[in-house]
Amino acid sequence: MHSTRSSVTEMSTPLLSIRGLKTCFPTRAGLVTAVDGVDLDVYPGECLGIVGESGSGKSVTFASVIGLVRSPGYVADGSMQFDGIDLRGLNADGWRTLRGRDIAMTMQDALTALNPALTVAEQIEEVLLAHATDLPRRGRRDAARARAIEMLRLVGIPAPDKRIDDYPHQFSGGMRQRIMIAIALSCRPKLLIADEPTTALDVTIQAQVLDLISDLRRELGMSVVLITHDLGIVAEHTDRVAVMYAGQIVEAGVTRELIDRPRHPYTRGLIGLIPRLSDLDAPIKPIEGQVPELIGLGGTCRFYDRCDFRASRCRTDIPMEAAGLDHQVRCVRVEESLQ
Amino acid sequence: MSIAVRVPVMTAERIETPTWQSLRRFAADRFSMVAAIVVLAFVLMAVLAPWLAPHDPYETDLLRRLQAPAWMEGGEWSYLLGCDALGRDILSRIIYGSQVSITIGLAVVLIATVIGTVLGLAAGYMRGWVDIGISRLVDILLGFPYLIFAIALMAMMGPGLQNIILALVYKEWVVPARVVRGEVLAAREMEYVEAARAVGAPRLHIMFREILPNILSPVIVVSTIRMAHVIILEASLSFLGIGVQPPTASWGSMVADGRAFILDAWWVCTFPGIAILFLVLSINVASQGLRDAFDPKFSD
Amino acid sequence: MNETQSPLLDVRNLEKVYHLNSGLLQRIARQPALNLRAVDKVSFSVNAGETLGLIGESGCGKSTLARTVLRLHEPTSGSITFDGRDITKLPHREMTALRRRMQIIFQDPYASLNPRKSVEEIVGLPLSLHRIAQRSEIRDRVVAMLESVGLKSSHLGRFPHQFSGGQRQRIGIARALILNPSFVVCDEPVSALDVSVQAQIIALLGSLKRELGLTYLFISHDIGVIGHVSDRIAVMYLGDIVEIGPARELLRAPQHPYTRALLSAVPQIDAGPKRERVKLSGDLPSPLAPPPGCKFHTRCPFAVERCRQETPALRKVAGQGMVACHLEQA
Repeated sequence: MHSTRSSVTEMSTPLLSIRGLKTCFPTRAGLVTAVDGVDLDVYPGECLGIVGESGSGKSVTFASVIGLVRSPGYVADGSMQFDGIDLRGLNADGWRTLRGRDIAMTMQDALTALNPALTVAEQIEEVLLAHATDLPRRGRRDAARARAIEMLRLVGIPAPDKRIDDYPHQFSGGMRQRIMIAIALSCRPKLLIADEPTTALDVTIQAQVLDLISDLRRELGMSVVLITHDLGIVAEHTDRVAVMYAGQIVEAGVTRELIDRPRHPYTRGLIGLIPRLSDLDAPIKPIEGQVPELIGLGGTCRFYDRCDFRASRCRTDIPMEAAGLDHQVRCVRVEESLQ
Repeated sequence: MSIAVRVPVMTAERIETPTWQSLRRFAADRFSMVAAIVVLAFVLMAVLAPWLAPHDPYETDLLRRLQAPAWMEGGEWSYLLGCDALGRDILSRIIYGSQVSITIGLAVVLIATVIGTVLGLAAGYMRGWVDIGISRLVDILLGFPYLIFAIALMAMMGPGLQNIILALVYKEWVVPARVVRGEVLAAREMEYVEAARAVGAPRLHIMFREILPNILSPVIVVSTIRMAHVIILEASLSFLGIGVQPPTASWGSMVADGRAFILDAWWVCTFPGIAILFLVLSINVASQGLRDAFDPKFSD
Repeated sequence: MNETQSPLLDVRNLEKVYHLNSGLLQRIARQPALNLRAVDKVSFSVNAGETLGLIGESGCGKSTLARTVLRLHEPTSGSITFDGRDITKLPHREMTALRRRMQIIFQDPYASLNPRKSVEEIVGLPLSLHRIAQRSEIRDRVVAMLESVGLKSSHLGRFPHQFSGGQRQRIGIARALILNPSFVVCDEPVSALDVSVQAQIIALLGSLKRELGLTYLFISHDIGVIGHVSDRIAVMYLGDIVEIGPARELLRAPQHPYTRALLSAVPQIDAGPKRERVKLSGDLPSPLAPPPGCKFHTRCPFAVERCRQETPALRKVAGQGMVACHLEQA
């Protein structure tokens, strides 16, 4: 399941390429830089995990990618290329054709993301009629309905031809998440951004939904970005992973390698936080302190205050540096801290 | 979609209660602030009427019967807004009339809010028969048209300031009671209420100390809006002649008095009408501002 | 575990039924009564000094069970014995006095603190309600309590919205512990928090337990968390306890198919051999109309005819655990 992505990354060109992304939100307390200099590549067919706690900028990064940064927030700097298109140069029309057709996003809370006043059929058909180019001229509506039923069957809704005319509230939480995935996938996007797709779900349902996303990725050959706070999910479902902290990526690499040999003190802290069923005696080691406020940061490592290995050298802007094959880390004391 | 941005926790040591924050938001809203100042000016006018009024509002002078405002032909600067059919100074009567409007508006809303809040709290928190009893009573009272109900009560009790207040309170408490009951139904499910029960807090403590402070904002907002209604109702009753009795100056009865001369002496009924309009409008604008400022979400 | 000592909390056949559709109008309209059996004849005990972990998915009745045990909700039937005393029908006044010894920490650190009250008022309230301390003394006790949960005396006059989620949860813990209770229900105390804060709160609850000799009923849907804090674990499904036993035993060799499905569904970060995945089909049935027989049979991959007809009772199996399942396995 975990093919070594490094061979792929060397050969193919990325589907999505982000360089130096910076997204800001003006607040009364000052300018919050929620995303500060993020570089990311998503390759065709891969599943990239984005891990971080709230305030790490993981959701804002991808809200920037699909042009849905909430006002008064704005993308301040950087470039974003998707499949040969410059995303920052897109106008509203460009966005409308791109979103839903080539890039789709699912939200954490399926109940508020679905329109409660429309049936499931109406919501899927709306997307299909707007974007699908391969529907026949004659009988577009019938074709869209047939495609919608097919999508619901694909995501595992029982009796989809009957349930398609139900409203979102008539479905359970897990089923609603599936419906949202069905809507997102109905136009066969090249990239699916799944923002905490299972946080609101129970663990047995979570497993079903994540398996579904993995299966569909293989079947449809799309790329998936899985945004989550759960390293367990990352370990089981992604090929590569980027760890975010306070608006920056602090470590990125092939998933298995990064989890087995974490370099950044924060990544190691995160892994140490996870209660493992396989070893009940391993203590859960908290990371003391709090995430810094994202105002006027810079000139120091952002993890400085909470780091066990901080030194005077850390009081500068730390660059990402290679730490092995397809493994980068933002820490100047990797060698010392690993000893 | 919800992209959460971590808004920094205020680190300043200044202590900010949620109420204080709301008031500051209100003060920042210019338009509502102006309206609030106008309302305040009316209140001051009522309090300072004896010093502000240029003439005795009851002093009749048949020689000045229907005298025009100062800027018109036959007008006089000492009788700025002219005189009514009995030759009384209209400006002075408007100034004194504000006493009636504001006293009744404040008294009715205050009494009704206290009664309504207590009954609404009881209905919403205790549920059961208390709730059924209060809620049915509310439904029944809501079934009567307000003005006709008040007219009927006034007819039974007879005119007078106290009776107007009573007649209006009889039905007015229903409004805050309904608002409070609804808010309590939502608030009683909050975990902090359960937490108070878990530490052994008695019922009255939970109702008045835990829940009440949290639902006070909507109650205040509704009460201000209702004050405008009550002022109009009082004016209506006085207009119909069953409110405040002559010779006491009331804007409603002044409009009624002027009605007969509307073609010859438009100022007799127009100026008190404008006074009603201004006061009610200002209260409404100010209460809108209050509603915005007291939005239950404390974030900005 | 000491078998001879009597448990601090003993719950027998506890049942909590909510009657929906029982309003006046519905009764007049002769609508069929809907009974939501949130807790269905549940029995368990908690020994002094131990942590009983209660795990289950949303809607399984675990929070209702905890609130019914504390009599924040009144039980429909069954009995609750606390420290040798039957408290099921204890009059209001005596129950209030007993609340000093039984406390609860809530899940949502935003909803569980009154937004209009300062930290001093929130944490000091239990003291003034129970008239334990003089007015002058209350502040000192509150400060001491705040310090032991990792907050400062300068926080006294602040309001809940001025704190982060983790700090708010500390305030909730301070409120629960200021009365020196012996039994504390922790109702999903960390599930609303970020992972790094989660670990801080778990560590805090652990050290407070050791210092103050507390007994916890710890509710969570997170098996990793439950595994780490519990001495024994009970698994709930649709209002029933389907399996209960010592934590290690239960996690190492889960008996009930539901427990096995639950454990195998948790994503693991470790490479290496995975637990054999027990895949469940379908969704949780409506608790308003639970399936007959074993309530789990609609989703159980091993269900046989007997499961559809007969309700299994908790029975002893190998080791110290108990399981409610007809199947003979492991």
